[in-house]
Amino acid sequence: MDEPNTDVIQGTLDLLILKTLSLGPLHAFGIGRRIEQISGDVFKVNPGSLLTALQRLERAGWLDAEWRQTENSRRARFYTLTRAGRKRLEAEAADWTRRASAIARVLKAEG
Amino acid sequence: MSLWRQLTRGLRVLTKGAAADQDVADEVQHYLDEATAAHLARGLSPEDARRAARLECGNATVVREQVRSYGWENLIGTSLADLRYAGRQLRKSPGITAAVILILGLGVGASTSIFSAVNPILFEPLPYPHPDRLTMIWDKRGDSGRLTNFATYRALAERSRSFDALAVVKSWQPTMTGHAEPERLEGQRVSAGYFRALAVWPAIGRDFQQADDQFHGPNVVILSDRAWRRRFGGDPAVVGRQVTLDDAGFTVVGVMPRGFENVLAPDADLWAPLQYNPSLPTDGREWGHHLRMVGRLRPGASRDRARNEMDAMVPDLARMSPAGYAVSGGPPEGFLVDSLQADITADVRPALVAVLGAVMLVLVIACVNVTNLLVARGVQRRGEFAMRAALGAGRSRLIRQLLTESLLLAALGGALGLAIADAGVRVLAALSPPELPRVGAIAVDATVFVFALSITTLIGLLVGLIPALHASRSNLQAGMRESSHRTAGRHQWTRGALVVAEVALSLILLVSAGLLFHSVQRLFVISPGFDASHLLTMQVQESGRPFETPVARYRLLEQAVEAVRHVPGVEDAAFTSQLPLSGDFDTYGVRFEKDGNADSGPAFRYAVTAGYFETMRIPLRRGRLLDQHDAATTPAAIVINESFATRVFHDQDPIGQRLHVGSDLLHPERPWATVVGVVGDVKQSSLAVGEEDAFYVSATQWPFPDRLLSLVVRARGNAAALAPAIRTAIWSADKDRPIVRVATMERLVAASEARRRFALVVFATFALVGLVLAATGLYGVLSGNVSERTREIGVRSALGASRGDILALVIRQGLALTGLGVVLGLGAAVAASGAIVTLLFATSRLDPLTYAGVVALLMAVSGLACWVPAWRAACVDPSITLRAE
Repeated sequence: MDEPNTDVIQGTLDLLILKTLSLGPLHAFGIGRRIEQISGDVFKVNPGSLLTALQRLERAGWLDAEWRQTENSRRARFYTLTRAGRKRLEAEAADWTRRASAIARVLKAEG
Repeated sequence: MSLWRQLTRGLRVLTKGAAADQDVADEVQHYLDEATAAHLARGLSPEDARRAARLECGNATVVREQVRSYGWENLIGTSLADLRYAGRQLRKSPGITAAVILILGLGVGASTSIFSAVNPILFEPLPYPHPDRLTMIWDKRGDSGRLTNFATYRALAERSRSFDALAVVKSWQPTMTGHAEPERLEGQRVSAGYFRALAVWPAIGRDFQQADDQFHGPNVVILSDRAWRRRFGGDPAVVGRQVTLDDAGFTVVGVMPRGFENVLAPDADLWAPLQYNPSLPTDGREWGHHLRMVGRLRPGASRDRARNEMDAMVPDLARMSPAGYAVSGGPPEGFLVDSLQADITADVRPALVAVLGAVMLVLVIACVNVTNLLVARGVQRRGEFAMRAALGAGRSRLIRQLLTESLLLAALGGALGLAIADAGVRVLAALSPPELPRVGAIAVDATVFVFALSITTLIGLLVGLIPALHASRSNLQAGMRESSHRTAGRHQWTRGALVVAEVALSLILLVSAGLLFHSVQRLFVISPGFDASHLLTMQVQESGRPFETPVARYRLLEQAVEAVRHVPGVEDAAFTSQLPLSGDFDTYGVRFEKDGNADSGPAFRYAVTAGYFETMRIPLRRGRLLDQHDAATTPAAIVINESFATRVFHDQDPIGQRLHVGSDLLHPERPWATVVGVVGDVKQSSLAVGEEDAFYVSATQWPFPDRLLSLVVRARGNAAALAPAIRTAIWSADKDRPIVRVATMERLVAASEARRRFALVVFATFALVGLVLAATGLYGVLSGNVSERTREIGVRSALGASRGDILALVIRQGLALTGLGVVLGLGAAVAASGAIVTLLFATSRLDPLTYAGVVALLMAVSGLACWVPAWRAACVDPSITLRAE
C-alpha cells in the first residue's frame, strides 16, 4: 500500500507558517515541528521549502527575523509576526475557510 | 516596506555574499541540530539520531542551494556568473575573440562614421522651420537650370501667388578695413526677403526691410554670429556701429543667431541688401544671369503648382521688356522648382549614396564573417555543450549562456566601433571634397550613437542565435560522440553559404573600387593644357582704395608683378582674372563679325597681364600672344583657344577676324576687337570636361576692372616654399591687398577631382577590408573542415592518394565556393555599378578589364587562403591519424 501523502497542500505553507507564528515567536525547526504536531503528522514540512518560504515572508514584510539564544542556549533565527503579517493571516485564513467550505459542500453533494 | 526589504536584503546578498551565505548555512545547521536533538530525546544513539535527522531533512547542501536560489539578486548573480564564464571562454580563444571584436569594430565604426557624415547631408531636414516648403528656382534652359536675373525675379515676385517669400542672392566678397589689417570676408548680397524666406531672424537688431533694398539705398549690413564675436568681441551694442567695407561705410543693423546655418553659402559672414535698379536698364547688371532664387512656398502650395503658375507667366515676361531679354539671351523657357535640400545636395548625392551602399556591404560582410567565426567556434564547442546539457543545464540556460557571450562580444566590438567612428568622422570631415554641403553639421551625434548601439546589439543577438540553435538542436548523444573528431560535420552547408555570400559582396566592392580607380587614373593622365608643376597661385584682392585712372590701377599691378619676379627662385609671374580648375567660373558672350547677329554663346573670359601664357606654359598655336603693348590705348586684341577657333572658323584662319565680347555685344557701334592669336585648350571647370570655349584679353583692355585677381608664379624649385616671400613682395608694392587661397596648382588640380578621389579612397578602403574579411572567412571554413576531416584524409592517403590529390581535394572545395560567390557577385556588381555611374570617367560600368582583373585578384587571394589548410591536409600522416582512433 502507498504511504499517505504528507506534502503540504500547494499554496498553504504561507498560511500555516503565519498561523503558527501568531502564537508567538519561533525558529524554523520549531515552526516545522509545530505544524507537524498540530496537524497530527498529516503534514511533513520540507526544510528547504520552509526556509525559502520564511525568507520570502520576511522580505514581504510579514515577518521579522532576528538571531537569539534558544532555551537550550543554541543560536537560532527567531521569526515574529508583524502587524502586516497579522492582517495577511486574517485575509488568508478567511479566504481558505471560504474555499475549503466550498470544496466540502461540493464533496458532500449527493447525486 | 516590502519593496524596501526586497531591495536591502537583495543588496546585502550581493555586497556581503559571504555573510549572507553564512546566515543561510547557520540556519540550516541549526535546523539539523534541533532535529538531531529531538531524535536523541526520543532515545536514539547520537549516531542514529544524526542519520535520522539527515534522512528527514535531506542533503544540507541541497537545502542551502534551494534557499539561496530565491530572490531577484540571484538572477543577477547567475548573469554575472554567465558573464564571468563568457569572459573566460573568450580569453581561452584569444585569436577568434580578437578577430571578432576587430571585425565588429571595423564594421560598426565604418558604418557609424559614414552614417554620421551622410545623415545631415542627405536625410536630416534643413535647419529651418518647415524645411519642406523651401525651394530653389532656376531658369529653365533645355534640360538644365541656370541662374536667373534680377528682372525675372522682380516680375515673378510681383505676380506669383504660390510663395510666402521669394528672394535672390549672389555671393559677395567685400574687404573690411579700418580694423588692424584688411580682411576679405565671405558674404552675400540678398534681396530684402532672404531671411524671411528661410524663416530665420536676427538674434540682435532687425531683419532687412523693403526700404533697405532700394536702388542707392542705405548701406546696411547684417553680421553672422561668428563675425560678430570675432570682429566685435560679441559686443551687444553693435547695432548702429559703422564698418568699412570696400571703402564704403556700412551700418550694422543686425546679428544672426548663433545656430544659424546658411546652407546657400556656409562661409558667409555678412549680408547686405542687393539694391539693384528697378528700372532695369538694358545694359545693367539687372539682366545678368548671376542670381540664385530661393522661395518659401505658401502652406499647401505644391512645387508643381508653383512651377505651372510661373511657366504661364513666361509670355508676359517676354512682352514686358523685350529689349532687356533680347540682350540677355531671351526669356527663360520656363522654370525649375527643386526642393532646397535636394538642390544643395544634388551634386554630391550620387557619391554619398554609393559610399553609403559600400559601407552597408562592409557591415554585412563583417556580420557574415563574425557569424562564420562564431559558428565555427560553436562547432568546436559541441562536446562542451553536450556535456553541460548532460549535467542538467536546460536548453534555455544554454541559449542564455551563448547569448551572454555574443552580447559581450558585441559590446566590446561596439565600444571599439564607437572609437573608430569618432576617429572616422574626423578623417571624413578632413577628407571631404570642398563642395560637400553642410560639412559643419557632421559629428558623431546621439542619433548615430543609438544607431551604432542598435546594430551592434542586433548583430550580437543574430550571431549569438545561430550557434545557440545549432548547439541546442543537436542530439546530445551525437554531440558527445562527435566531440571525438570522428565524423565530418554536416553543418558545413551553412558556413559554405556564408563564404559564398562574403565573396560575392566583396566582389561588388572590388568592382566599384576598380571602376573608380580606372576613372581617376584616366583623368589624371589628361593634360590640363598647361604645366601644373612648380606653379604657385594665390588670389590677390584690391584694397578698395579708389584709383584716379585705370592706368594708375594697372601700374600698381605691374609693380606687384615686377616685385614678385625679383623674388629669388621665381621664374615668371602674371595676373589672371580666373584660374583654371580652381572653381572659378566666369563667362561672357562672344559675337564674331562674320556671324552677323548670332552669338557664339558664352565663353570663359580671362583678363590677363603680360606673361600669363609664358608663366602657365600654355602653347601658342597661331598668331601671337598678348604682351605689354596691348594697352588701354591700342586696339583691342583677343586670343582665343584652339577648340573655339576650330568650332567657329573650321579650316579658315581666325587671325585677324573681328569680334565683340562682353558688354560690347549691346553696343554694336563700339570698335571691333581683333583675334591676334590661338592658344591650346585649357581645362577650366574639370579635367573631365573638354573643349570649352575661352578667350583671353589684356587686363588693361577689359572695360571693367576685376577687383579679385589670381597671381600665378612659376618657380624654379619648390613652389610652395616661395609663398611668404611673394606675399612680402606684393605688399611692398601695395600694402593693403588681402591675399587669400594660396595653393600650388598641383593641389588645385587634385582638389578639382576631390569628389571622385573621395569616393575612390572610401571604396578602395572598404574593398580591401572586404577582401581581407572574405579571405579570412574562406580560410576559416577550410581549415575547420580540414581539421574535422583529418581521419578521412588519413584514410585516403593510406589508400594511396598522393599529396597532390589531397591538395587538389581541399583547393577544389575552396575554389568551388569562391567560384559560386564570383558568379553571384558578378551579377550583383553589374547592378550595383549603376549607382556609381555618374562618378565614372571614360570608363564603362561594364569595363571588362576591371571585371577580369577583380575576378583574377579574388581567385588569387582565395587560392592563397585555400593553400594553407590544403598544405596542412597534405601533411597529414596516415599512420598517426589511424592510430589515434
